[in-house]
Amino acid sequence: MTKAPIIVAEHLDKFFGDFQALSDVSLTVHQGERVVVCGPSGSGKSTLIRCFNGLESHDAGRLTVEGVELVPDSPKIRQLRQDVGMVFQQFNLFPHLSVLENLTIGPMKVRKLPKAEAEATARKYLDRVHIPEQAGKYPSQLSGGQQQRVAIARALCMEPRVMLFDEPTSALDPEMIGEVLDVMVELAGTGMTMVVVTHEMGFARKVADRMVFMEQGRIVEVAPPEKFFSAPESARAKLFLDQILEH
Amino acid sequence: MPSFLRKLKWPDLVILAVLAGVFGYVALTVEGKLNYDWRWELIPNYILRYRTDTESWFANLLLQGLFATIRISLYSSVLALILGTILGLARTAENLTVRLLARTYLELLRNIPPVVIVFIFYFFLSAQLIEALNLNAWARDIARGENTAVWEFFFGDMRRFPSMVAGVIVLALFESAFVGEIVRAGIESIPRGQREAARSIGMSRWQEMRYIVLPQALKKVVPPLANQFITLIKDSSIISLISVQELTYKTVELVASTRLIFEAWITTAAFYFVLCFGLSMLFRRLERAR
Repeated sequence: MTKAPIIVAEHLDKFFGDFQALSDVSLTVHQGERVVVCGPSGSGKSTLIRCFNGLESHDAGRLTVEGVELVPDSPKIRQLRQDVGMVFQQFNLFPHLSVLENLTIGPMKVRKLPKAEAEATARKYLDRVHIPEQAGKYPSQLSGGQQQRVAIARALCMEPRVMLFDEPTSALDPEMIGEVLDVMVELAGTGMTMVVVTHEMGFARKVADRMVFMEQGRIVEVAPPEKFFSAPESARAKLFLDQILEH
Repeated sequence: MPSFLRKLKWPDLVILAVLAGVFGYVALTVEGKLNYDWRWELIPNYILRYRTDTESWFANLLLQGLFATIRISLYSSVLALILGTILGLARTAENLTVRLLARTYLELLRNIPPVVIVFIFYFFLSAQLIEALNLNAWARDIARGENTAVWEFFFGDMRRFPSMVAGVIVLALFESAFVGEIVRAGIESIPRGQREAARSIGMSRWQEMRYIVLPQALKKVVPPLANQFITLIKDSSIISLISVQELTYKTVELVASTRLIFEAWITTAAFYFVLCFGLSMLFRRLERAR
């Protein structure tokens, strides 16, 4: 059974000045699929997933998310972002709002949900990320791992159909990486469509349906994880895996 | 003995002694050459005066002026805060024309001396504005009416209302340029990630500003805004030039009619100092308490 494609990227190019961040990138993500994007730093992984919710606009090519084509400055982008959740490396929680308010502000202001309903949803997702007791605190009172879990809950509160993760564990102390990855694994278990940029190869092995390896703005290799980790086709992917799996 | 006195070492004492000597010498010379007749005893009457016919105290010239200065400063700073926030938003706007207009406004006001701005505004704009709003007639009616007390508490002598409005507006226009820069700096100090996070949950640009950026930015700019408020109080003396009857204007009047040159100006200086220094101490304390 083939599932419906949610994200379809065709021949994307993206420039920052003279620097080409993406060149001729094509990738389709289907509903319920978990795609892990890896590659050396500066390879365009983050740029690619930031294009998926319009935080960056592509310069050439065609990108459709849920059948809607992303055109720069299109008013449809806002609508679309409500269906595409994003988790950032630096959490980017709103420091002036409590944890609960961080979770309810989107549903209340964007989706115009009544407060009670937004709070019920927020508490549901705080439960889901295992920190229901932190609802009244402010982000600065939480550990990095807790903050990132709140950020995941914040994105989930908008009831997105796809979740994008931009190196969600890279800014965390090692002992907190596990708790965030656990939440992500559980989320994968619910059938959420996920695109994850990460260096956590253990996580990738566990949840990924497909591995995407990027270098210098290009997709070099796409393979199922069993194949990618045991017998990568490209020499570059092999070198990359050797470097990060050695330790 | 207070601790700061114990901290004084002998070089400090030498410096202080020399300074005291210099001031003493200058004072003596002035006293000898100037032949000035100090009449400090007259000043209190020009602050508060007892009216024998109605048997009540009333605020005389200097205190009236101080009240007017406080009123004008309050109104202008509220207006300047509103204009400045708009200006700050315009300075960080996406639209180039909006940004350019805001920049032009800012650079014009920043690079023309305030006195010149005050005159230009007064002669070219304020007359038209006051006529257009029909302020003169309106204020005159109130001044002639029954219930003047409440109006006067908020706006002083209603017959002078149009001139006060002109003063408040020009002061606010002038200060809004600086408030705008402070607000812009506040907005720009909010990390990019905050805006991206707001956008990623589907917020519009306006919502992103309203709920995420501005609340954080305005909180950050409270201390510089408080300083700007004190600057505004000092700058308000400039509008005495267009006959707004605030503290400086009243002092000029007082000096012209009584020749109490030194006493009046020293008293006025003390008023400004106590007001501004008091506020700055207060703000410092509030900030520490936060």
